[in-house]
Amino acid sequence: MTDSNRLPPEKDPITGVETTGHEWDGLKELNNPAPRWWVLVWLVTIVWSVGYWVVYPAWPTLSGHTEGKWGWTQYKELEASQADIKARQQAYLDRFEGASFEQIMQDPELYKFAVAGGNAAFKDNCATCHGTGAAGGLGYPNLNDDDWIWGGTLEEIYATLRYGIRSAHPQTRQSAMPAFGKDGVLTAEDVNAVTDYVLTLSGAAQKPSHEKGMTVYAENCAACHGEQGKGLREFGAPNLTDAIWLYGGERAQVYNTVFNAHAGMMPAWEGRLDPNTIRQLAVYVHALGGGEKSAPVEAPAP
Amino acid sequence: MSILGRHKFFERNSIYMLIGIIVTVLIGGIVEIVPLFRMETVIEPVKGVRPYTPLELAGFNIYVREGCYNCHSQQIRPLRDEVARYGHYSLAAESMYDHPFQWGSKRTGPDLSRVGGKYSDAWHVAHMSDPRSVVPESIMPTYSFLNRQAADLRRIDKHLKALRLAGVPYSDEQIKEAYNDAVTQATDGADAAGLLARYGDKINVRNFDGNPKMVSEMDALIAYMQVLGTMVDFTSYDQTALPTKTAEAQP
Repeated sequence: MTDSNRLPPEKDPITGVETTGHEWDGLKELNNPAPRWWVLVWLVTIVWSVGYWVVYPAWPTLSGHTEGKWGWTQYKELEASQADIKARQQAYLDRFEGASFEQIMQDPELYKFAVAGGNAAFKDNCATCHGTGAAGGLGYPNLNDDDWIWGGTLEEIYATLRYGIRSAHPQTRQSAMPAFGKDGVLTAEDVNAVTDYVLTLSGAAQKPSHEKGMTVYAENCAACHGEQGKGLREFGAPNLTDAIWLYGGERAQVYNTVFNAHAGMMPAWEGRLDPNTIRQLAVYVHALGGGEKSAPVEAPAP
Repeated sequence: MSILGRHKFFERNSIYMLIGIIVTVLIGGIVEIVPLFRMETVIEPVKGVRPYTPLELAGFNIYVREGCYNCHSQQIRPLRDEVARYGHYSLAAESMYDHPFQWGSKRTGPDLSRVGGKYSDAWHVAHMSDPRSVVPESIMPTYSFLNRQAADLRRIDKHLKALRLAGVPYSDEQIKEAYNDAVTQATDGADAAGLLARYGDKINVRNFDGNPKMVSEMDALIAYMQVLGTMVDFTSYDQTALPTKTAEAQP
């Protein structure tokens, strides 16, 4: 650099332009100015930025920031885009909000609206536990079948969604199976016998301890799961006579359930999701395949 | 002489070029940094945000140690799709006691700012122990060792003390009782009156990981997960009065 400063600038004989004095393998760089159009665009962007400072929030100050002439905030932009989507749904929402579940089920348009909205909300909020296809998993009920622990009518599903199961909500569905083995209610022998008995309810072969298991069952389990083992939805006590097991139907798994008990928790969605979304979800879950007919005496949903 | 010609002066005199660069960078630095000395002017005045309990703080430390922020953000942006998926957009107030904040910059996994209360404790245990057991398509690494490691609470009071230096309003009593509060919060049926008096009624007190034998790192991390995004009382939040001139932040 210093050397080339001292030399007189070299001129390229063909174009008559000065070179920068840099040379690579015999190639020399011409010292042309930046193209005029480019410089102009650059200057325009500088002017543009001044205008931007004036109309948009730009400079931080000691007590906040300059707000800009247009008063733009990202919160207003969010509000506008939310209002836009709401406006597009409004025709449905107006009818959906006031409609009872019965009316929704009878109106194909509202029903479609509810299932579509419920589907989207399900993927975001429920699929993590119940699975994308709602097939559930160990400890998370399958929602496609017609085996309901707390009830499968629209109203019951809605209540489960709203208040949760063993959740922090004051109106949550609540029940607790005793840990018969762990807490010493039954001896290991009794737990073994009743495990085998429970398995016979869904068709397993009887074991020699059958009679004993039957007695233990009648004394300890029948109050919630019913004499016949058909379950009792008021207590969320599952039906034991079918092939559907929330915590597994292998003998070891059933034994573990009797011994340690399970108390799955489902969060309450009231407050987290808006009421319309929860109602859409109820319709969606009901529509998955196992939904039950509401009892005719039931009052329409709020 | 054109403006470009004047620039030649800087190009030819490196010391002036250097001074010019320093002046320019200084202006940018001052504009970006100085307003942060008055940080309270950008924190919304909302109710409910409190410092983490010692157990939650231990969980926060595990979150940082394991680098969860590399894949999970804690920042719901005010965009329609994000609000629809994750809930109310994040407020500055919600991370004002995070040192360092966990906003993150990348979402390989979902945003976690409002994960508190969204899933059960048992789900978190299953998911952390073996993510594929509950989310088959998950690519999250397995953190089953958190079940087996006791949470390091020996110096948790010092953590609170250090955070107080950074501006988190922990009281002397909270610092003194830090260890006991941490153990209490992770114990089913413990007498939590003191803990609740010190941190508020909404504290989750329970055995988070289902193992009563020790306060594991899983307990701490789940306690932290379950409080994320649940503190702000949004009835006290006025979006239209944001935030510039309503400068009295802090609870």
